[in-house]
Amino acid sequence: MERLLLPAIDWLAVLPVGLTALLGFVLLALGLFADDDETLGWITLIGLAVCAVVTACLAGQKSMTFAGTFALDGYALFFDLLFLVAGMVVVLMSMTYLEGTGIPAGDYYGLLVFALAGMIVMASANDLILVFLGLEIMSISVYVLAGAWRTQLRSNEAAMKYFLLGAFATGFLLYGIALVYGATGAFRLDLIAAAAAGAPHRALMVAGVAMLLVAFGFKVAAVPFHMWTPDVYEGAPTTITALMAVAVKAAGFAAFVRVFLHAFAGLHADWGMLLWVMAALTMTVGNVLALVQRNVKRMLAYSSIAHAGYILVALVASGAAGGAAALYHLLAYSFMTLGAFGVVAALGSVGEPNEMLDDYAGVGFRRPLLGVTMAIFMLSLTGIPPFAGFTGKFYIFTAAIRDGYYVLAVIGVLNSAISAGYYIRVLIAMYLTPGAEESGRVARQPYLVTSIVFSAVMTVLIGVFPALWMQLARLGFLSL
Amino acid sequence: MSAFEPAGGSGNVLLSLVVWTPMIGAFLVLLLPREQVDGARRAAFVFSLITFLLSLGLWAGFRPNTAEFQFLEQHPWIPEWGIQYLLGIDGVSLFLVLLTTFLTPLVILFSFDGVQKRVKEYFFFMLALETGLVGTFVALDLFLFYVFWELMLVPMYFIIGIWGGQRRIYASIKFLIYTLTASLLMLLAILYLVGAHARAGAPTTFDVRLLYDVALSPAEQGWLFAAFAVAFAVKVPMFPLHTWLPDAHVEAPTGGSVILASVMLKLGTYGFLRFAMPLFPTAMAAATPFILALAVVGIVYGAMVAMVQPDLKKLVAYSSVSHLGFVMLGLFALNPMGIQGAIYQMLNHGLSTGALFLLVGMIYERRHTRLISDFGGLWKPLPRYAAVFMVVTLSSIGLPGLNGFVGEFLILLGAFGQSRLAAVLASSGLILGAVYMLWMFQRVFFGPVRHEENMALADLRPREVAVLAPVVAMIVVMGVYPKPFLEVMEPSVKAIIARMEKQQARAVAIDGQGAATKPARGV
Repeated sequence: MERLLLPAIDWLAVLPVGLTALLGFVLLALGLFADDDETLGWITLIGLAVCAVVTACLAGQKSMTFAGTFALDGYALFFDLLFLVAGMVVVLMSMTYLEGTGIPAGDYYGLLVFALAGMIVMASANDLILVFLGLEIMSISVYVLAGAWRTQLRSNEAAMKYFLLGAFATGFLLYGIALVYGATGAFRLDLIAAAAAGAPHRALMVAGVAMLLVAFGFKVAAVPFHMWTPDVYEGAPTTITALMAVAVKAAGFAAFVRVFLHAFAGLHADWGMLLWVMAALTMTVGNVLALVQRNVKRMLAYSSIAHAGYILVALVASGAAGGAAALYHLLAYSFMTLGAFGVVAALGSVGEPNEMLDDYAGVGFRRPLLGVTMAIFMLSLTGIPPFAGFTGKFYIFTAAIRDGYYVLAVIGVLNSAISAGYYIRVLIAMYLTPGAEESGRVARQPYLVTSIVFSAVMTVLIGVFPALWMQLARLGFLSL
Repeated sequence: MSAFEPAGGSGNVLLSLVVWTPMIGAFLVLLLPREQVDGARRAAFVFSLITFLLSLGLWAGFRPNTAEFQFLEQHPWIPEWGIQYLLGIDGVSLFLVLLTTFLTPLVILFSFDGVQKRVKEYFFFMLALETGLVGTFVALDLFLFYVFWELMLVPMYFIIGIWGGQRRIYASIKFLIYTLTASLLMLLAILYLVGAHARAGAPTTFDVRLLYDVALSPAEQGWLFAAFAVAFAVKVPMFPLHTWLPDAHVEAPTGGSVILASVMLKLGTYGFLRFAMPLFPTAMAAATPFILALAVVGIVYGAMVAMVQPDLKKLVAYSSVSHLGFVMLGLFALNPMGIQGAIYQMLNHGLSTGALFLLVGMIYERRHTRLISDFGGLWKPLPRYAAVFMVVTLSSIGLPGLNGFVGEFLILLGAFGQSRLAAVLASSGLILGAVYMLWMFQRVFFGPVRHEENMALADLRPREVAVLAPVVAMIVVMGVYPKPFLEVMEPSVKAIIARMEKQQARAVAIDGQGAATKPARGV
């Protein structure tokens, strides 16, 4: 009888995902007994902080485990830390946000942490099957989280929509994987790259790549696979929207970049043009549709689409510069978007979301801290120096120009100019439109405000001292 | 003191002090408690005054006999891309810095009365704006230049948008979108330029002094020059791209209008002189007739539109279009006289138009109207006000003995050497300028007092005299004794021209070798 051979496992490599998953189980169990939401929040926060510190300590390690399917490298660590820090910011936001919503905290935090574990798998996956597994762990958790506010109709709608369309995208992913396997006989990315060099079964391969492009396009909300984004972002609890706009998108890109710029790098001639069109469309559609939104949350949803477009420009440019630019802009984008959603959450209250632009009238002077931080996020998203968004776009356009994508770069900067139109609209509402001078007592939101201020500080730091973060992004990409 | 040592020392921090003192003041003002309105005003004034005194140190320590950049400060910022914190001034930027630091305290002093709501925030933005403006004039690293260039948009946007008039939101967003779109295209051009420099084997750098030597094909030069030129032409503003200006100037509060007209418009012309012209001399040469034509159209068109304005502020705004046309004409005369005249005229326009906006602001505070038809016979109730107004008016139309004459004379002299037709046509702008200014002056100050309420108006208050007196003094000094200014500019201007000629000669040499390059196309 043949014995099943288990491959050697490097436990160090799975430490980040292992710890995170463990935290998820602990939270689920605790949720059954503890009914103090705040305590649960603190436990989650501390747990994620521990995961982050452990992950950071792994810096410099490079190994493959589970028969070469699971990678621990600078690239994975870069994303792991991004997910964990973004997760912590979302938890901080949630500790204020959950009050009075009736969302069960144990389930909520547990699922949130599971989603992060799924993302970590995606960032480390050196194998298409593992990409699929990570994606599903993440997606299923987020489907539930989007509908976590069960008494809200629009939350239910968001969850349903996200699930149905997400299931479709998963289908595309699996078809794509199957076709690529058919063409190359491999799931592992390095083997695929090697096999693709010999150009076997070209039709199968190209069809597979195209399907994967659809699947990833869906996850990162690229046009024309973006239809779900505005509705789901608007309907989901604001904290979860922040998670989706930042961490889920980053996870999508983590897998996207690893698969396309690494495994399919040799096929750039095939997918480069497709991605070029997708990038141009994504930027333009995102920005133009954002212009007509009156709901800030929805506007930010379109803004996140537009930013996916900018990152796609970096992917089109590909190579070391493009890859590093994509990572860097994701980092910059994460903090400004987290902060912006934080402000949206802070201005709303249970039963009164206050998400329309008109609700923002005079906020800048009524609540100065929220006003100033929101101004930073909006200017940064527009790409005005000295904030993070500027250096991010600068990096991307540098890569595009260097590789000769002049037209795409011009489309990109023109889009930046268009985007000023709606980001500035928020500032107009907050500072230039007279609103009620005093609106009575404002509830104290210590956790939420902390998360917003942290995001603002990071947005400024990344913008003013970009060298360190650039180095991280570059080392991360080069470790592939 | 080390700050006054010859240029080149890297331990020099005077320029940084001039750039960042206002920003430090801005944040201190922001930290003051909201009730401390007077404290905020005084703090803002003190910080802008310190900045001015520091900038006088620049003038004192400036060596006038060299074209080298002085007071250099060079520190790595983003080493990976060769981006540096690189500051320095030459004879061109020195006076523009001084103009900025000279006017800001006066504007702040003027705003003591004019700004009554959100006082703290107003002075915060004013000081932040000063940092952005000075930084733009002294940055020699293209990345740093771009950062300052965009940085100053934000405070100006808020100054127009929060403290502006009726249509402030429309005006502020138009201002922002216009300038942002144009400057983003310039950003791409910068990236391309830096890439071209790196492709030639040199290490990546944004140092403009090194980028002057990049060899580009005529076609590349054409595109890049176009991108730079559009960004700067919007700021100047040159004729078809000027439509944001009347809106922004008219809606902005007086302080904002002064800074906008006196300093911010100069960034456009400065940008041409520092970047667009020496970086892409071949394309510039090809574009010269086109730009001269636009400059002349701007001169005549601006003057004619100014003539028919019923609103004082609008009249002054359109006169800027005309005056800046003169500056462009001088720059593209491409000879030392024209360029020196252009720089001189930038300073003149800064002083006289700044003073005009201040004067219009003062009368608006008293009467809450700016319509020329609401005035008439003001000389009687307001003799001091009228006298100052007259001096400034005469400066603006270029009366010999006042500053405007020197600049316009040099410009026309220079332009005559380049294109007689342009010089002749531009001269008609001088006549038109005299017509609209004097006609306006006549309608406002002479004749009988037609409106009873104008009889009760108070003449200039001591604070207003304190604001106007330095400007008027400078107008006279620069008119009577231009030598110290022109002397300092001369080496830098000659160096810029020499650099352009060298580059052009090189381009011709490359072309002559039979390289398959098409002839340069300007735009």
